[in-house]
Amino acid sequence: MKPAAFEYVAPRSLRKAIQALAQAGDEGKILAGGQSLVPMMALRLARPKLLVDINRIQKLAYIRKRNGALHIGALTRQREVERSDLVRSACPLLYEAVPFIGHTHIRNRGTIGGTLAHADPAAELPGVAVALDAALVLEGPRGERTLRAEEFYLSHYATPVEAGEILKEVRFPPWPQRSGCSFLEVSRRHGDFALAGVAVRLSLDPDGRLMDPRITLIAVGATPQRIAKAEDLLRGEMAGDRLFDEVASQVSKEIEPESDVHASAEYKRHVAGVLTRRALRLASERARTFV
Amino acid sequence: MIKKRAIALKVNGKRYQGMVEPRRTLVDFLREDLKLTGTHIGCEHGVCGACSILLNGAAVRSCLLFAIQADGMELMSVEGLAQGTQLHPIQEAFWENHGLQCGFCTPGILMTVHAFLNENPAPSDDEIRLALSGNLCRCTGYQGIVKSVRVAANKLATRT
Repeated sequence: MKPAAFEYVAPRSLRKAIQALAQAGDEGKILAGGQSLVPMMALRLARPKLLVDINRIQKLAYIRKRNGALHIGALTRQREVERSDLVRSACPLLYEAVPFIGHTHIRNRGTIGGTLAHADPAAELPGVAVALDAALVLEGPRGERTLRAEEFYLSHYATPVEAGEILKEVRFPPWPQRSGCSFLEVSRRHGDFALAGVAVRLSLDPDGRLMDPRITLIAVGATPQRIAKAEDLLRGEMAGDRLFDEVASQVSKEIEPESDVHASAEYKRHVAGVLTRRALRLASERARTFV
Repeated sequence: MIKKRAIALKVNGKRYQGMVEPRRTLVDFLREDLKLTGTHIGCEHGVCGACSILLNGAAVRSCLLFAIQADGMELMSVEGLAQGTQLHPIQEAFWENHGLQCGFCTPGILMTVHAFLNENPAPSDDEIRLALSGNLCRCTGYQGIVKSVRVAANKLATRT
């Protein structure tokens, strides 16, 4: 189908984009990569009156390191992140997760800010942002504010972004020493939405005990979900298969996935547990190797 | 009534201008306005890959871009591959190795492969399969397509 008619502006500055969005109120929508929005418009699930195309605001596309943290501009294409040596060294979990997004064609257009702000529960990067406690920087008519990823994801496609506000940057905290990570997901075909996915990062203290464990599930609830009870089981312990089995069962217990046409809730629980176990093994191996 | 806007862009090295409503997708602009009907429309929401073209050298879905967004940009569509009646080596490889049957998905696949082999001139079969994962074909079973890409890579390597 064809999208319904809309007005279109393509401002060259963030200030002008914010102005246009603020004026349009609820009727305006930001067009970034368009890889989710345009399909929704074609299916008439979205009918914005105004599209504010931010693709000409080149200043919003960058990847840089600041005091050990990784800052990525919202308009940076997913494909750039996938190819970035800086991302690979400064945020390996993000580097590992990006290729799971759609296909090359999609990542050539899709942006970092777009997938973060769209807040699809099955999307990879919101899970990475929550796992790593990333900061999301918004700018709007009343200035700038920064939200933690965990505060940002309210429900399916729902965030605290207000009319006139634009997500302009994401900041991933410095990557810790002696740590390893893993991102895994299962989908019907490569590039499809995940049935379940997991982002894991573990660090080791000098005695080899697990520190600061992060386990975040995607696609099994309305938002990415850190599983605190599962993380508690890991903290201060030595890595091992028996422990990881226990943590995986805890994850299966804690989540509340819904059945849909692709899989039953029970199956998703099972897959989430299996993925968690695999990701924990991989992450702990990697943490040991990188010591 | 939403006003039409003037756009100018290059397709296969040639300059074109047009007047478009903002909601005109790039693939409709190519097919309906420029009469470049080599690019096909399949699902029209970014899943099937039939409408894949190159935008400033990168493979994209032309159904997920509005024509107005491509103002000032350079595109390549399947019509840009052959030189007159001389097929491009990728097209030859598909011709010779059962890389197509009904041909509906082929323009999108050729453009995907063109961008892919530019980046990765000597791919493994796994890499070829991954590169093709965003293009659906319902006839060939993909074996012929994978083989065609392998042969195309060899042809391109020996051409220079």
